[in-house]
Amino acid sequence: MSEIALVSSPFVGLEKAQVDKKYVNELTTLNLGPTHPATHGIFQNILTMDGETIIDAEQTVGYIHRAFEKIAERRPLYQITTLTDRMNYCSSPINNMGWHMTVEKLLGVEVPKRAQYIRVIMMELARIADHIICNSILAVDTGALTGFLYVMQWREHIYEIYEEMCGARLTTNMGRCGGMERDLSKEAIRKIQILLDEFPAGLIEFESLVKRNRIFMDRTIDVGAISAERALNYGFTGPNLRAAGVDYDVRAMNPYSSYEDFDFEVPVGTKGDTYDRFLVRGEEMWQSLKIIKQALNNLPEGPYHADAPHYYLPEKKEVYNNMEALIYHFKIVMGEIDAPVGEVYHSVEGGNGELGFYLVSDGGRAPYRLKFRRPCYIYYQAFPEMIKGSTLSDAIVTMSSMNVIAGELDV
Amino acid sequence: MTNEQIAQDLVAQFGEDNIFGIVENYGLLNVTTTTDTIVPLMHYLYQHPTFKFQFLTDLGGIHFPDVPSHEFGVIYHLHSLENNVRLIIKLYVTRENIVVPTITGLYACANWMEREAFDFYGILFSGHPKMERILNAEDMDYHPMRKEYPLEDATRQDKIDALFGR
Repeated sequence: MSEIALVSSPFVGLEKAQVDKKYVNELTTLNLGPTHPATHGIFQNILTMDGETIIDAEQTVGYIHRAFEKIAERRPLYQITTLTDRMNYCSSPINNMGWHMTVEKLLGVEVPKRAQYIRVIMMELARIADHIICNSILAVDTGALTGFLYVMQWREHIYEIYEEMCGARLTTNMGRCGGMERDLSKEAIRKIQILLDEFPAGLIEFESLVKRNRIFMDRTIDVGAISAERALNYGFTGPNLRAAGVDYDVRAMNPYSSYEDFDFEVPVGTKGDTYDRFLVRGEEMWQSLKIIKQALNNLPEGPYHADAPHYYLPEKKEVYNNMEALIYHFKIVMGEIDAPVGEVYHSVEGGNGELGFYLVSDGGRAPYRLKFRRPCYIYYQAFPEMIKGSTLSDAIVTMSSMNVIAGELDV
Repeated sequence: MTNEQIAQDLVAQFGEDNIFGIVENYGLLNVTTTTDTIVPLMHYLYQHPTFKFQFLTDLGGIHFPDVPSHEFGVIYHLHSLENNVRLIIKLYVTRENIVVPTITGLYACANWMEREAFDFYGILFSGHPKMERILNAEDMDYHPMRKEYPLEDATRQDKIDALFGR
C-alpha cells in the first residue's frame, strides 16, 4: 500500500483511514488447488492477492496422507519397501535403495561391491528420470510443451530398464535387503548402453530449446529466489539448496553404496532462483550419466547379493529343491525374522534432497518407530516466503521448479 | 571434533542433570536433555564457534506407553554441515505435562515438523506460531500414532495376532 499505488487510484482524495478500509476490501482470495493442473499433485494454496500481486499464501497439505509411518509399525522390514515406492514416485528406486541400506545398517549386512554398483546405476537412472520430469514440466509451465515431449521418450526408456530389473515401472519395489533380486541382464546392459550413447543428444536437444530461450529466461530468472541462509534455515536439501549456492550433497559428504569410487561434480547455483534450480538439475543429469558410465565400465565381478540367508530371500529354484532354502523362504515371507534392537539413521540423496530413514527397533519384526525425512515436506514450507510480492504465474513456475511431489509431501 | 568432545563439552556447559543418556548408535551421538534446556542447548550448538550445528535435519515424536515417567519423546536430528557431524538430541515428557518449548525461533523448518509431531502424538509445542493439525483432518479428536491406537480394526477376528504368529 505504497503512496505511488494510490496516485491514480479511485482512492485519491479520501482520508487515510478510509483508504485503508477500502484497500483491505480490495484484496481477493484465490484458491490454488487442491486439484489444479499446474500444481502437479494435490495440495492447496489459499492466496491473498492484491490485483496481480500475491500478498500472502496459506498452504494446506495432507490430501493424500496414507499413514505410512503407522502402517510400517505392523509390517516386517521387507514389506516396507513397497511403502517407500509411493513417496517420491518419480524416483522410486532411490527410495527403495535408501530403505534397504537402512535395514542393512541395522542388521549389519555387508553388501558385495557388484550389488552396490548396480544400485548406483539404478539410483542415477532414477535421478535422471526425476530431473527430466521436473525440468521439462517447468518448461511446460512456462508455455513450452515441445521439449517435454522430446525428453519423455527417455523417461520411458528408463522405465523399460526398471522393467528389465524388477518387472515394474513406476512403483518399482526394486532390490532386496542384502543386494539386488537379480543381476543386470544382457538386455538391461544393452538398454543402459543405448541410454548412455543416445540420451546426451536428446538432452542437448531439450536444453537448446529451453536453456537460452529468451522467454524462458525472462520467466525464470530472479523468480522465486531464496538466499543460502534462508534455504538452510528452512531445511532445504538437494538441487534446491545447491541452486542457492550450498554444495551439500549426501553422495559426496556421506558416501554410501560406493559413491566414493566415482568421479563426479556437485553443481551449485548462485542466486537460488528458478533458473538456477533448472540449471542445477540439468547439470546433475550430466553428472549422473558420468556416474552410470563409470559404474558400468568398472562393474566388479562377483555375487549380486550378500550371503545373508536369514534376510535375503533364496532363489526360487533353491526353494523348490533345498530344505534349508525353503525354511528360510518361509521364515522371511512370514516375517518371523526378528530385527536386532537398535536405532539407526541413514540418508541418501533423493531426487529432491536428503531422504532420511530413522528406524527404531525394539527387537520385534516390525519397526517400533519409523520416521521418514522427506525433503519435500520440509522445503515446501518456504513457498509462501518465496512467492510473496510476485505474480500468480511466477508462483506456478516457482512451485514447479521446487519439484514438490505430493506423495513425498504427505507420506 | 569427535563425538566424545561434543558430549564432554555439552556436559561441561549444561551439567550432568541436563545432559545425560549419552550413547553412540552406529557412530551417531545421541544425548538426552530436558524441556528446560532444549532451547538454550539448540542456541548454544548453533552459535558454538567450532561445532556449528546449524542445520535441523528432522524432528519427530515417539511414544513409549510402558514408561510413564517419559512416555512421549521428541527426537531432534542436527547436522553440522561444516564439520559433517550429526547429532541426535532427545527429550521426554509425561502424558500429564506434554508441553515442549518450540524451536521455531531458531529454525524456520521446525514449524511443520512440530505440527506433525503434534498431529500424530499430541505433543504440544509452547510458543509455536500455529499449533494445528497438518496432515490429518482438522476435526480428528485423537492422535493416531500413539501406540494405544492399533493399526487394524480391533473388532476383526480374522486379523488377530495369533493368526500371524505374533
